[in-house]
Amino acid sequence: MARTIAEINEKIKAGKAVVFTAEEVIAVAREKGVKKAAQEVDVVTTGTFGIMCSSGAYFNIGHSTPRLKLGGGRAYLNDVPAYTGLGAADLFMGANALPDDDPRNRIHPGEFNYGGGHVIEELVAGKDVRLAATAYGTDCYPRKRLETLINIKDLNEAVLFNVRNAYQNYNVAVNLSDKTIYTYMGVLKPHLGNANYSSAGQLSPLFNDPYYRTIGIGTKIFLGGGIGFVAWQGTQHNPGVPRTEKGIPKEGAGTLAVIGDLKQMSPRWLMGSSVLGYGCSLTVGVGVPIPILSEEMLEYTAVTDADIYAPVIDYSDAFPNNKPDILAEVTYAELKSGRIKVKGKDVPTASRSSYPRAVEIATTLKEWIRTGKFLLTESVQPLPGAESGAVIKPLNERPIEY
Amino acid sequence: MTVSKRIVLRFPRRLVERPIVYRLVKDYDLEFNILKASITPEEEGLLVLELKGDQKEYDKGIKFLIKAGVKIQSLSQDVTRNEERCTSCGACITVCPTGAFSLDPKTREVLFDNEKCIACGLCIPACPPRAMEVHF
Repeated sequence: MARTIAEINEKIKAGKAVVFTAEEVIAVAREKGVKKAAQEVDVVTTGTFGIMCSSGAYFNIGHSTPRLKLGGGRAYLNDVPAYTGLGAADLFMGANALPDDDPRNRIHPGEFNYGGGHVIEELVAGKDVRLAATAYGTDCYPRKRLETLINIKDLNEAVLFNVRNAYQNYNVAVNLSDKTIYTYMGVLKPHLGNANYSSAGQLSPLFNDPYYRTIGIGTKIFLGGGIGFVAWQGTQHNPGVPRTEKGIPKEGAGTLAVIGDLKQMSPRWLMGSSVLGYGCSLTVGVGVPIPILSEEMLEYTAVTDADIYAPVIDYSDAFPNNKPDILAEVTYAELKSGRIKVKGKDVPTASRSSYPRAVEIATTLKEWIRTGKFLLTESVQPLPGAESGAVIKPLNERPIEY
Repeated sequence: MTVSKRIVLRFPRRLVERPIVYRLVKDYDLEFNILKASITPEEEGLLVLELKGDQKEYDKGIKFLIKAGVKIQSLSQDVTRNEERCTSCGACITVCPTGAFSLDPKTREVLFDNEKCIACGLCIPACPPRAMEVHF
């Protein structure tokens, strides 16, 4: 059997498309068999809702009178510094940005109550945000100071642009040392006191299209409660890692760079987040529809938590020092049971990403497609695949000669 | 019948120096476990207790406290979860020392049992969207 995206879109327009979430399709494939299920199912929807640090947004604030050149000056949104290396009225706010006077980790672990991710959430929620800017002044942009409230509805553009989201698999973090550590994977108690993981597993977008057969540049997606697009492969995209027989990467692999109009997104799906002892970030909701173009695609989307393995890594030593040591490989089914075995010890697990919210994203996207509100796109260019030879490199530090 | 309850006591300034808890033990035969105690700059005393004993004696003890001028509230009213902000990620589950958070095995939503909460506050900064609140 073979199906095209154009054919699927015709069925969506006619209100006849058969759509399941990546969780529901597991039972469909089990009951009917892959062959029959592939004939019946048109689209499978995925979802993930977790802290995604390499997220941010850019804004065009409109020109003041007299004009002020933000580029090369300084700008703050609610006291959080924004990037001003662009043109006169453009700003970029990254999710991890912190106010200059945040105490950070001076009293460890720092709380990181407010940062760039929170500014993005407040803008999306329609709240007024304080902009304070200084500039050096030019003949054409003479103004040197600006303080004003801004609101997303008045901005010319407000665009979410996340350079690395939706990681295909992730580490399970543990702590082998004898003191509590505060990491981006959460609070880790000493002597394997707990294990934290962060993936929606069987619902996560790139686990359902492990070789990026349909997800590519230009793929239309659910992003932050609205509609977005895959802009590029995400940073650190690393497709060449070891995979299972079914093609599932056994460690962090592919990533997505995504983009979308912030004005149509919602604070329910873009939440400013505080990671104790680590920093501020943004929790992002991403959902990708997978067109069932072949039996192979149906088979990929029927992946279950028991088929997906994640590496257990010590965040007290192996992670900070870039050591390759993997303590164990465990499945998401084991992780979700609440306990895993590491070095003979029974370790309680907890998730960093929300499975119920991932279900809600996949279900929302399913309804959008079923009711004809969301059509699928052909990707313009595939993401680099396992065969591309693309690998991520560590930083090669070289001494500077003076 | 034996009861065991977690309560928050607020002492006005004039009672801070009186041995109130001693009377609960001596006169009403109640067992207590101090979960938290502090005195604010205004010299108002705050005491979070687990109080255990015979139901009748417990009720009498509570009456005594009210009569003495102590304000009493159930602990569960003081530790709350902002449902708008909770995403059910699960970051709180292994942080909580008393197991007050658990997962609904079916929906995987994080459940909060405030009867198990001892108001230690460890979950508050460990929650990324800051959904947990203590109102002392």
